[in-house]
Amino acid sequence: MTRDERIAALKKAARERILVLDGAMGTMIQRYKLDEDGYRGERFKDFDRDLKGNNDLLVLTRPEIIRDIHCAYMEAGADIVGTNTFNAQAISQADYGLEDLSYELNVAAARLAREAADEWQEKTPDKPRFVAGAIGPTNRTASISPDVNNPGFRNVDFDTLVDAYSTQVRGLIEGGADLILIETVFDTLNAKAAGYAVEEVFDEMGVELPIMISGTITDLSGRNLSGQTPEAFWYSMQHLKPFSIGFNCSFGAEQLRPAVDEIAHVTNTYVSIYPNAGLPNEMGGYDETPEHMAALLEDWAKHGLINIVGGCCGTTPDHIRAIAKAVAAYPPRTVPQVPHALRLSGLEPFVHG
Amino acid sequence: MTSSAAQNFVMVGERTNVTGSARFRKLIEANDYAAALEVARQQVESGANMIDINMDEGMLNSEEAMRTFLNLIASEPDISRVPIMLDSSKWSVIETGLKCVQGKAVVNSISMKEGEGPFLEHARKVLRYGAAVVVMAFDGKGQAETAERKFEICKRAYALLTQDIGFPPEDIIFDPNIFAVATGIEEHNDYGRAYIEATRRIRQELPYVHVSGGVSNLSFAFRGNERVREAMHTVFLYHAIQAGMDMGIVNAGQLGVYDDIDPELRDLVEDVILNRRDDATDRLLEAAERYKGGASQKKEADLSWREKPVEERLTHALVHGIAAYIEEDTEEARQRAERPLHVIEGPLMAGMNVVGDLFGAGKMFLPQVVKSARVMKQAVAYLMPFMEKEKAELGLTDRPAAGKILLATVKGDVHDIGKNIVGVVLQCNNYEVIDLGVMVHSQVILETAREKNVDIIGLSGLITPSLDEMCHVASEMEREEFDIPLLIGGATTSRVHTAVKISPNYTRSQAIYVTDASRAVGVVSGLMSNEQRDGNIAKVRAEYAQMAESYARGQAEKARATIADARANALKLDWDGYTPPKPTFLGTRTFKAYDLAEVARYIDWTPFFHAWELRGTYPRILDDDKYGEAARPLFEDAQAMLKQLIEEKWLTANGVVGFWPANSIGDDIELYTDDTRTKPFVTFHTLRQQMARSTGKANLALADFVAPKDTGIADYVGGFAVTAGIGEEDVARRFELANDDYSKILVKALADRLAEAFAEAMHEKVRKELWAYAPGENLSNEALIAESYAGIRPAPGYPAQPDHTEKRTLFRLLDVEKEIDVKLTESCAMWPGAAVSGLYFSHPDARYFGIGKIGRDQVADYAARKGWPLDEAERWLGPILNYDPKRVADAAT
Repeated sequence: MTRDERIAALKKAARERILVLDGAMGTMIQRYKLDEDGYRGERFKDFDRDLKGNNDLLVLTRPEIIRDIHCAYMEAGADIVGTNTFNAQAISQADYGLEDLSYELNVAAARLAREAADEWQEKTPDKPRFVAGAIGPTNRTASISPDVNNPGFRNVDFDTLVDAYSTQVRGLIEGGADLILIETVFDTLNAKAAGYAVEEVFDEMGVELPIMISGTITDLSGRNLSGQTPEAFWYSMQHLKPFSIGFNCSFGAEQLRPAVDEIAHVTNTYVSIYPNAGLPNEMGGYDETPEHMAALLEDWAKHGLINIVGGCCGTTPDHIRAIAKAVAAYPPRTVPQVPHALRLSGLEPFVHG
Repeated sequence: MTSSAAQNFVMVGERTNVTGSARFRKLIEANDYAAALEVARQQVESGANMIDINMDEGMLNSEEAMRTFLNLIASEPDISRVPIMLDSSKWSVIETGLKCVQGKAVVNSISMKEGEGPFLEHARKVLRYGAAVVVMAFDGKGQAETAERKFEICKRAYALLTQDIGFPPEDIIFDPNIFAVATGIEEHNDYGRAYIEATRRIRQELPYVHVSGGVSNLSFAFRGNERVREAMHTVFLYHAIQAGMDMGIVNAGQLGVYDDIDPELRDLVEDVILNRRDDATDRLLEAAERYKGGASQKKEADLSWREKPVEERLTHALVHGIAAYIEEDTEEARQRAERPLHVIEGPLMAGMNVVGDLFGAGKMFLPQVVKSARVMKQAVAYLMPFMEKEKAELGLTDRPAAGKILLATVKGDVHDIGKNIVGVVLQCNNYEVIDLGVMVHSQVILETAREKNVDIIGLSGLITPSLDEMCHVASEMEREEFDIPLLIGGATTSRVHTAVKISPNYTRSQAIYVTDASRAVGVVSGLMSNEQRDGNIAKVRAEYAQMAESYARGQAEKARATIADARANALKLDWDGYTPPKPTFLGTRTFKAYDLAEVARYIDWTPFFHAWELRGTYPRILDDDKYGEAARPLFEDAQAMLKQLIEEKWLTANGVVGFWPANSIGDDIELYTDDTRTKPFVTFHTLRQQMARSTGKANLALADFVAPKDTGIADYVGGFAVTAGIGEEDVARRFELANDDYSKILVKALADRLAEAFAEAMHEKVRKELWAYAPGENLSNEALIAESYAGIRPAPGYPAQPDHTEKRTLFRLLDVEKEIDVKLTESCAMWPGAAVSGLYFSHPDARYFGIGKIGRDQVADYAARKGWPLDEAERWLGPILNYDPKRVADAAT
């Protein structure tokens, strides 16, 4: 299939059923217990800085691991797999001194996911598979000062973010991504910069891919780190006309419910949710079982709240298998008609009819 | 809060503008950003819906100032909760701003001044950054001055934006230029009228757009004469808003009420703004001197009390609710007192004590007390700046209140008249009241209670699902280890429910039911007193324990028929030979901006007086020995406000009705898309009475009034939803900002009455014209109130069908939210609250009834029909269960 055909297939599938995203990449990588040499591979064996923990680098040094993980998720029933590029932009990679590698990382990551998806597409021709080019939030916040004594200070600005994201998006598109996934948004201004970059690159390359946007709720007040409510977040991102909006990571499904409820009611696009496997335990691990998590997500499906589901931190192919099975019987959320109104936001929504 | 009415006027705070405010400019120039932030904060606190920020000053690095200020605002959640309007004539400053705000902002402004190319270029950028936009009526020939040119430019811009680049029309705000009038230059005379006319055409012909403007420009000629300026702004807005202006850059703290302007001044100003006579400017200029600074002179019938000493005058004003002289009397008292605080603690509190005593003795009633409170608030507001100043100079602390009470209408519920009255009464008695408003999540209640260290929490609710929410708040208080009393009030609450359901959830302190506002002070003071608190709580606890016990005993005794037996004893109407009337149309019909004068004729005034705790029947209550004296002025005020709100269109009444082919199947009513009756598309579920009958009376369900499917008879049902509450919140807020709780409560009570009246009027229209089964009906309002007509209009959530969730089906069917702008909350309350919805049944034997308590067999059956798990059914039907689900569940395990 061409990319246009795949996008058409994606839109058709989304009308017909609840789509399933993959689960955690980091959790799966941990299972390989890679050491410093394991990360470096041949190419970076003499690199002058530590590279252990730079998961995004594995698409170059250990591509077989990443491909296997993609395949495991598709075997479990995922329709959409996310590229291993959460931190593959120059701002995050600068921590390892690899900022110049951003484009290459993204092309390679998208190609790997593309190959895996095409392989599964062939195995199960009635179930088309899609690659989402994943864009993380970076490790800096454009709305929040890192210095408590100087609230007006910022360690990153909009233009720097747009630059870094543009390179990443070019790589993802070049490598064969079908969608762009702006995920784990803790600061809406970072996400607005990502969205800006995505649209600029679309114009530049003459393509237009569906955009998924996924925020994260950072505490039980139900807001993101930069303080917005779910509805306010939606109004901030609405201009991108995204394919879907929703939440990931955050805490477990149970605690995410009010946010899902809120966004499902105000959004006239698809809703995507991929929570963590519960809250982290004392050891920092996640221990919600596949069955438990699937039952929670099934309840959302039953209530018609969701269009796309999957898992984030702590989830595994077993989780995705259970989730895919649990939601299969339910129709996707019906996208509501939203009346014409001026919908603005600060930290809170403001609607004026 | 989400505001949705078309009439809503959005106030954009104007003080954070270096070109409009000398003070703000000096702060920015001096790099005093801390004080500049305070200016922004004050704007939000005094009610601005968003704030306009402008840094266009030659001496400033405007980009840098914009970035710094926006970054600082981002760290202040109580400012950054509202959207930002980025105001600059330089695109680079606007773009800098767009890169700093995480919310969806408004760009102010772009125009075709430099031609269409640059205009569209900027608009595309605005779209890409994700903002709405203000478009000035400005093109290559300059700023438009005539109504015609203003409109033509806006029309051209609209076409370019919506057609060429797909700009969403709802995100376009036109600013057709407010220029100064009464400048002495003849060409300027028509500027006010031109703006208003252009606004009217824009709103009529360019769908979904908004109209805004900077109002202060208008009165530049009268700088220094605040009284005249305020009158000009108020009159201008009055006319412009009617024409469709729905947003304005204003000083949110400084808007007056049209009707409060001295009539002479108002006429003079109106002549100027509407350009009604050639000498209007001269006449206003001449009169303006007289209005400079002076207070308005209002006539009072008997002014002998003005001769008395100031303390007595203050008491008189408080007891009689007269606001006219309160500032001058307060000032006089202040000059005599050592400290401004002493005026409050001395003469004002003394006066309020008289009010409290009279109220306690049953010699004053709520409407009068609320008016007294209005006067008190105005006196305190007058003293506030003096106390702030003193506090700053001396480092003193706040006046100690008798106690801090947090009030909230719980999540999912929108009704707040009773709660507002309780708040006012408590404030009168020197309690500090923190009112969180309506639809408040339990978490917000608890967090605020903790943060403000309140002494008591009071919860209010009107609809039945709120009872559950109150139980939830109580258990959250338990879990979070609160130990302050919890007061429960509102129409569906009761002592029994509080004792049986709420109280057990909160053992760390006590949940206490409060009958009505007049009891609130007694209960609160009993809980605030260190000596009495424990004794009072112990007493309530013992009483509730006993009540719960006897309730449990009473529970076991109520005999219910099985649902099968109840169905066997259903009402069997004789369908043989009966032909149900067919409505004149099928599907829905919407009525927008229904004539309120017409609706007002249908008002049932008795419940209006009940809202003010005046128990009696209209019109007899006006002559009642006990209540008459309070009821008459209240009724007069209500009539006056009703007249004004109709004339000035404060509220909009919208309604939607629909009819469908329908038949009953058992206890369900199935609706069909058309008369072939092949495609059922919606099912209404009804509940059936389960009283054990021995008298031959039937066990009713609403489904009994519709022809059963197997009769083959073509029957119909109707549905409706009406509101008179569009605009209500804005009006209420306006009064709140003016410290006028009395008018705020009055307008809400009137909106509620109008909604009910609208339902009555619409039902009559249905019977006579739309379903037309009683074309010749001719009933008086009394007869309508007594329901002497054929057919009924039961509402989900009320006795004949206590399940509120049936409203969801009804709302979907009628597309209520889209058609008339009324929403359902998570508890199925309607928002705005002044709304009524229900079903129409036409059968002459259809009547209202109460379901009473129902058995577990019917609940299980109903749950299966609704596709609910049993516990969800038990939750929604909680108030009518004939058993305790918890106990049944325990017994099963």
